[in-house]
Amino acid sequence: QDKNIRPLNLAGHVGFDSLPDQLVNKSICQGFCFNILCIGETGIGKSTLMDTLFNTNFENFESSHFEPQVKLRAQTYDLQESNVRLRLTVVNTVGFGDQMNKQESYQPVVDYIDRQFESYLQEELKIKRSLHNYHDSRVHACLYFISPSGHSLKSLDLVTMKKLDSKVNIIPVIAKADTISKSELHKFKIKIMSELVSNGVQIYQFPIDDETVAKVNTSMNGHLPFAVVGSTEEVMVGNKMVKARQYPWGIVQVENESHCDFMKLREMLICVNMEDLREQTHTRHYELYRRCKLEEMGFKDTDPECKPVSLQETYEAKRQEFLLELQRREDEMRQMFVQRVKEKEAELKDAERELQSRFEQLKRLHADEKATLEDKKKALEEDQVSFGKRRAAAQLLQGQSLTANGKKDKDRKK
Amino acid sequence: NMSGSRYRSRAPRAGKSHEKEYVGFASLPNQLHRKSVKKGFDFTLMVAGESGLGKSTLVNSLFLTDLHKDRKLLNAEERISQTVEITKHTVDIEEKGVKLKLTIVDTPGFGDAVNNTECWRPVTDYINQQFEQYFRDESGLNRKNIQDNRVHCCLYFIPPFGHGLRPVDIEFMKILMDKVNVVPLIAKADCLTPGEIRKFKERLREEIDKCGIKIYQFPDCDSDEDEEFKQQDRELKESTPFAVIGSNTVVEARGQRVRGRLYPWGIVEVENPAHCDFVKLRTMLIRTHMHDLKDITNDCHYENYRAQCIQTMASKMSSDNRVESPIPILPLSTPDVETEKLIKKKDEELKRMQQMLQKMQQQMHEQDL
Repeated sequence: QDKNIRPLNLAGHVGFDSLPDQLVNKSICQGFCFNILCIGETGIGKSTLMDTLFNTNFENFESSHFEPQVKLRAQTYDLQESNVRLRLTVVNTVGFGDQMNKQESYQPVVDYIDRQFESYLQEELKIKRSLHNYHDSRVHACLYFISPSGHSLKSLDLVTMKKLDSKVNIIPVIAKADTISKSELHKFKIKIMSELVSNGVQIYQFPIDDETVAKVNTSMNGHLPFAVVGSTEEVMVGNKMVKARQYPWGIVQVENESHCDFMKLREMLICVNMEDLREQTHTRHYELYRRCKLEEMGFKDTDPECKPVSLQETYEAKRQEFLLELQRREDEMRQMFVQRVKEKEAELKDAERELQSRFEQLKRLHADEKATLEDKKKALEEDQVSFGKRRAAAQLLQGQSLTANGKKDKDRKK
Repeated sequence: NMSGSRYRSRAPRAGKSHEKEYVGFASLPNQLHRKSVKKGFDFTLMVAGESGLGKSTLVNSLFLTDLHKDRKLLNAEERISQTVEITKHTVDIEEKGVKLKLTIVDTPGFGDAVNNTECWRPVTDYINQQFEQYFRDESGLNRKNIQDNRVHCCLYFIPPFGHGLRPVDIEFMKILMDKVNVVPLIAKADCLTPGEIRKFKERLREEIDKCGIKIYQFPDCDSDEDEEFKQQDRELKESTPFAVIGSNTVVEARGQRVRGRLYPWGIVEVENPAHCDFVKLRTMLIRTHMHDLKDITNDCHYENYRAQCIQTMASKMSSDNRVESPIPILPLSTPDVETEKLIKKKDEELKRMQQMLQKMQQQMHEQDL
């Protein structure tokens, strides 16, 4: 019944061109949210840069160089510009790069990012969920602060960025860029980008698929990584107070494009691509996390051709399968039990028979012995009787002989 | 005036970057605007009601095009035992750079047969199917190109010839109110005088309330809007349900060429607010609340469907222990009481069997001594 989708010409103004505005109005009502992760060594200027970018004074405190492990500190702020409300979360690493052994330094960062993905996934999997109200804590942009050595990336930088490039949009920046001269900076940028490319690190590219912003984004992609200077202090330059750092040899102005790339960073990160950063996080990084997690849990995707008609049917099929399996196992168990009972019965019967035959044997032995004893007894009795007879005869004889002897004696005396 | 003018965007004008306090995130609404235009929009509108109430004509009038060329109309005999069909038409339309993929879902045969018991079933089945497809897509591993074919709004046409809601109307709206945004309309309103329309609307509103039918409610406009806007918003809300007239023909009226219906006694102009509520409907449906209709569908109706679906599966699962869920959902908490009892029973049976075996073994052992 589904006809091919065909383009249709409208005979007048229908009015659905207001759809983007309807969407925008709703978003303004709801407010926006954005989460930035700053990774960099202690003292490199993460907090100052955030203060400068967002024109405010976030709660900052100096960290020590003696943290035993890398930690992450997240702080959320509600900002407003015109009628647009932004819930901004700034996450800073604490103690990054300070330990002697930095092999596990990336792990707390990866864990933090994964935890936010996991939290969103849990909400998505709930039975009663409220995604439109959910405070999205997933990291939308990761500013990686590169030390201004002027030579190349540090090994820690490479290792860390490699672990993060499939989880978050990485925007590398060269921190404290007021210590590098223009020519050194040019070489430094080229070296950094070539090291990233040759090691397969995927940093965030400003999108060039939308004609409205393709030109400015393409040009900015060529200036990466941005060399930034941050400052919340103001210095009088000309007749204006500007954000700057005052040195004996001159004043470095934060918002002067020939002094550093701060304006470029602000333009790209906030004014042009903030929404794209959020979208990439959701459609690319989060989806990757979700897919891996679900595969781990054992779910597989069936390809579209063999998808059954209804989810209920899929479920019914699995259930039938399981019930049959259960039935089979039950039958098996029952058979086994019957078998074992039979075996035991047979064993017991054998034992009984054996006992019976032994009993018979013993009985016979007993009877034989008894017979033998009877014979012996009889013989003994006969002996006794004959002995008795012989004794009686002997006694008689003795008596007769005595009497005869006595008579003889008497006869002599006369 | 709200009906004719462009919808007002609340996005702030571009800030001045040299100003002291400038940060720049006030451009976020514009960034969002730009991206949404690039992505394009989609909308699915369902029309339901008996044949001959002007559904197709109204859709053509709303979108200023002819979506139903060469369609075949059935005669009465053919409709005696007609079943309700679901037909879909999708078109791509564009206005001032904004692309819209519009799908119109029609329900020919609804209420036309002699016996209309459960004539709503094909409609709810269709709506559920779209929800289910979306649910499955959303739960899959690869979610790159999910299409949203869910029904965002259902225009229900009530005939103007009676006194109010009929049983079929009440039943249909009650069954659909939890699945889709229902917008009831008084069809062919050019057969009612203004007084009659007023009474009819009152009657309908009363009956809708009494029967507990939840139709689509316009959200309240923001308190910081100006008084003129708030007044118009009030008027819009008070004139529901809208009494509409549609037309496929263009006539000459008051020196202009307009969509209308030509009668011996005068010309009915579709877009004349004094003649009918067509303009209010168009404003609401397309110009001001189209996105809200989509949001309510996504945040309420779809979520309800999804929760119900999962709970049905979950209750089946708990009686069958350890069945693998075909879609990812959170592992369930404790199984219910019935299952517990069953498990206990089986455990005890096993224990008894073990004891019997042990006894027999012992007996044998004793006899050996």
